[in-house]
Amino acid sequence: MTLVLEQLLNGLQFGVMLFLLAAGLTLIFGIMGVINLAHGSLYMVGAYAAAFAAAQTGSVIIAIIAGLAAAAIVGMAMELFVLRRLYARDHLDQVLATFALILIFNQSVTLLFGRQPLFVSVPPALNGSIELLPGLTYPIYRLIIIAVGLAVALGLYLLINRTRIGMLVRAGATHREMVRALGVDIRLLYTAVFGLGALLAGLAGLMAGPILAVQVGMGEQILIMTFVVVVIGGVGSIRGAFFGALLVGLVDTVLRAFLPGLLRQVMTGSEADALGAGLASMGIYMLMAVVLLVRPKGLFPANV
Amino acid sequence: MQQRKSVCLGMMLAAAVAMPALAQQAPVKIGMVTTLSGPGGYLGQDIRDAFKLAIDMNGGKLGGAPVELVVEDDALKPGQGKQIAEKMLKTDGIKIMTGIVFSNVAGATVPDIVDAGALYVSPNAAPSNFAGKECNENYFVVSWQNDSLHESAGQHATNLGYKKAFILAPNYQAGKDALAGFKRLFKGEVVGEVYTRLDQTDFAPEMAQIRSANPDVVFQFHPGGLGIAFLRQYQQAGLLGKTPMVLAEPSLDATTLKAVGDAALGLSVTAHWNTDFDNASNKAFVEAFTKAYNRVPTYYASQGYDTALAIASALKATGGKADVPALRKALAKADFQSVRGAFKFGPNQHPVQDWYALKVEKGADGAPVLKTQGKVLSNHSDAYAKDCKL
Repeated sequence: MTLVLEQLLNGLQFGVMLFLLAAGLTLIFGIMGVINLAHGSLYMVGAYAAAFAAAQTGSVIIAIIAGLAAAAIVGMAMELFVLRRLYARDHLDQVLATFALILIFNQSVTLLFGRQPLFVSVPPALNGSIELLPGLTYPIYRLIIIAVGLAVALGLYLLINRTRIGMLVRAGATHREMVRALGVDIRLLYTAVFGLGALLAGLAGLMAGPILAVQVGMGEQILIMTFVVVVIGGVGSIRGAFFGALLVGLVDTVLRAFLPGLLRQVMTGSEADALGAGLASMGIYMLMAVVLLVRPKGLFPANV
Repeated sequence: MQQRKSVCLGMMLAAAVAMPALAQQAPVKIGMVTTLSGPGGYLGQDIRDAFKLAIDMNGGKLGGAPVELVVEDDALKPGQGKQIAEKMLKTDGIKIMTGIVFSNVAGATVPDIVDAGALYVSPNAAPSNFAGKECNENYFVVSWQNDSLHESAGQHATNLGYKKAFILAPNYQAGKDALAGFKRLFKGEVVGEVYTRLDQTDFAPEMAQIRSANPDVVFQFHPGGLGIAFLRQYQQAGLLGKTPMVLAEPSLDATTLKAVGDAALGLSVTAHWNTDFDNASNKAFVEAFTKAYNRVPTYYASQGYDTALAIASALKATGGKADVPALRKALAKADFQSVRGAFKFGPNQHPVQDWYALKVEKGADGAPVLKTQGKVLSNHSDAYAKDCKL
């Protein structure tokens, strides 16, 4: 039983990380109509900046600020200098340009930091595990990630639904032309939304640093999953990104953890493991296919 | 609709991130297809750098013949490796190829190379399917056969008296070879067997499974960045002090060790080579590598260097001619001083060599280093050599 609970926590933690990335991606996609393949690069930038700052100063606070600032600044620069020219073009041009950005970012980081992955240690205060229930110990750092992710989700909910900026963002997602016609400075809104998305990606990156290896190409590994989340949740919808991310995180983790065991009841060990691992890695894509069949616009479409 | 189509397009492109790097042509051209980008990028980098080092140490020559290395990045994508090899074979007319790090890339690429009549000398990947019935006269392996790497770990775990093992590896050819190899020489019981994904970086679900299975020992094979993430999460999950781990070298190379730091102290590792091996060839190599690149060579580097030496021995015998049958004959004699000490090829042109137990200890400067403890297996070949009829 504790194993199931622990796996659910793992799924939740993975889902929260996916949400931080998907929130930015879905906003940018929903509001500006731009597919930003380089969103994963912002995640990488956040992770590298935080790792570098941590190694130089040894301060957690400075590392966090550096990670967030670097991702947001790089993100806004990307919007100003590259994407702004592409809003009127079709999606193929945008995909090609942002794909080029991935290559440029990856190669630049390789030049700056080399190919060896960087090492970031967990802040000493958060290093260790606590016993949540008898027999269920869980790393504190991962609990913090879950807490931060949920807090960001709540903050975004309030920002989008209760503030004037949020109103513009919602309006931009559903009636872009009308917002422009009403005289809103849409360019500023675009840059701000892009910066926010980049900031969240950077946050995910800097939190992932101490758990995963900080390395070139780390963004692309998670980017594909993030796209799946956006499609399942519904393009442009923060709520969709949240529930989509949790769903994908939980389904992926639970399948990986329990499917081989279940299959082992009906077939021999090594075959069950291989088949289980194969099916588990297909799991979220099958989920996406089913969601698209039943709800072609995703679970929580933004513009109904 | 348009949007969704574009998302699909985006996903496909994102899945195909690729950065080929080109080098220029040379007298005897040696083609190197290796992994230079992504999480496995440093493995290919070490193989390439050590191979280059061997050329540089001999004034741009191997075995007296001037050579130049044509390097391209496969980005850990089998399709891309195959394409590069095709181009090197057909357009550039290269006859000697090497470099592949990952077994899935080797699986797609090596058959094309050997069928085209070129020589392939592996500095790393050696999947089981090419070691037995499918062995080829043009295919040599300087590193090890995949299984034997992990057989040494299985033997070591048995020697250390562990009874219950939990084993994990990524779900691809080398991962399957790893688990098969470990189980072949491990005498205890395997209480859990898990295949992870080759692109996986978060191992939390696996940590929970390990904890609930409560084994005596954990064996895992996760090369490159995967291994760093795995070890670190193993530590964060509080398992490191509790359940010992026995590993083969690829899961704990010099780079992994540097990244994991003191957490790795006390881990048991098996390998065919280590920086502290006491032979002239190794001393020269470690010194030159450290001086040239300012980092400790990984075992990938040692294999890249040995591969260059092996090719040099063949070129020396043919007088610098890229004549494949003559090169093949000369190469099979393994007439070079391997940095690992004793080395010869078995009947399937894979190494017959000794395996050693290493332990992570504090070095002179306080940083953890791998120290050689003793032999685990002597003159060890592989399980497939008997099926190879050359």
